[in-house]
Amino acid sequence: MPWTLHPDRPIYLQLVEQIRLKIVSGEYPPGGKLASVRDLAGDAAVNPNTMQKALTELERTGLIYAQRTSGRFITEDREKISQVRQQLAAGQIADFFGQMEQLGYSRAEALALVQSINEEMKQ
Amino acid sequence: MSTLLECKNLNKNFGAKAALSDVNLTIQSGRIIGLLGPNGSGKSTLIKLVNGLLVPTSGSVLVEGSAPGVLTKKVVSYLPDRTYLNDWMKVRDLIGFFKDFYADFDPNKAYDMLRRLSINPNDNLKSMSKGTKEKVQLILVMSRSARLYLLDEPIGGVDPAARDYILNTIITNYNPEASVILSTHLIADVEQVLDDFIFLNGGRVVMSAAVDDVRENQGKSIDALFREVFKC
Repeated sequence: MPWTLHPDRPIYLQLVEQIRLKIVSGEYPPGGKLASVRDLAGDAAVNPNTMQKALTELERTGLIYAQRTSGRFITEDREKISQVRQQLAAGQIADFFGQMEQLGYSRAEALALVQSINEEMKQ
Repeated sequence: MSTLLECKNLNKNFGAKAALSDVNLTIQSGRIIGLLGPNGSGKSTLIKLVNGLLVPTSGSVLVEGSAPGVLTKKVVSYLPDRTYLNDWMKVRDLIGFFKDFYADFDPNKAYDMLRRLSINPNDNLKSMSKGTKEKVQLILVMSRSARLYLLDEPIGGVDPAARDYILNTIITNYNPEASVILSTHLIADVEQVLDDFIFLNGGRVVMSAAVDDVRENQGKSIDALFREVFKC
């Protein structure tokens, strides 16, 4: 998945989000080694300091960890990864309800609509 | 992290015209800094003062604690806004020329970059387009392992693909001991690689901050902020 960065939001936050997505989607598998800051920065076309800041933030949340000499790794804690995945999904659903509300649907109506569209798409 | 560059109450007048007024700046190592401002705002003047091509009217410029001179030229790699290279020279000769001049020049790095940009080292400058000449000049400058890179409009004349390659070179060349100051109008192209920016207007520093702080606090890109601050 290529990196898409928008200049109007802090770049490091967008890097955190995108690396997190790569982890929960399995593109970066649990226990896998992360490329070096320099390589990741080159790949995303961002400043190495910014990439460093993003990785420090991901370390703080426990999704990646640093091993003093051998680099950074994705956590092996699958429980943790699935927790983050669920949080991200919950965020998406909350956004969806918010948007449906703007269209004038209550949550119950929105859910019913999801059901019926899902049925339609099956056919 | 150490202080690479310090400007204190720096003024430069050309006759009655003030090109820079009371500029105070401190640049630490390990940063990539965008020097941004409209035409005639003093970007090139500032870079030339740091490089010792101009002498301050008053105030001081210190590069690693020394006034610009022989000592600082060893650690400063400068890309001027116009070419000073002899155009009868072949790229290969220019590489030899730079190697003689600068102890920190790495010819292998230069040849490697030439290959990546498909430039023949046996061509002479005269036969090259404006953009290719600019690429050669930038390659020479980036092949030094300097402490302070002063790049005056490094991407103005080159195509978008070469622009990406040049910015990538700046990123991968990154060294926590060194800093890069680049002046440009093409803010949207460079802002992703910057740590900090300096806005110059009418010879004064009107704003300087970390780029991500602006995005965080104001929710806008540096390009958008520039257009707002310098609205005509």
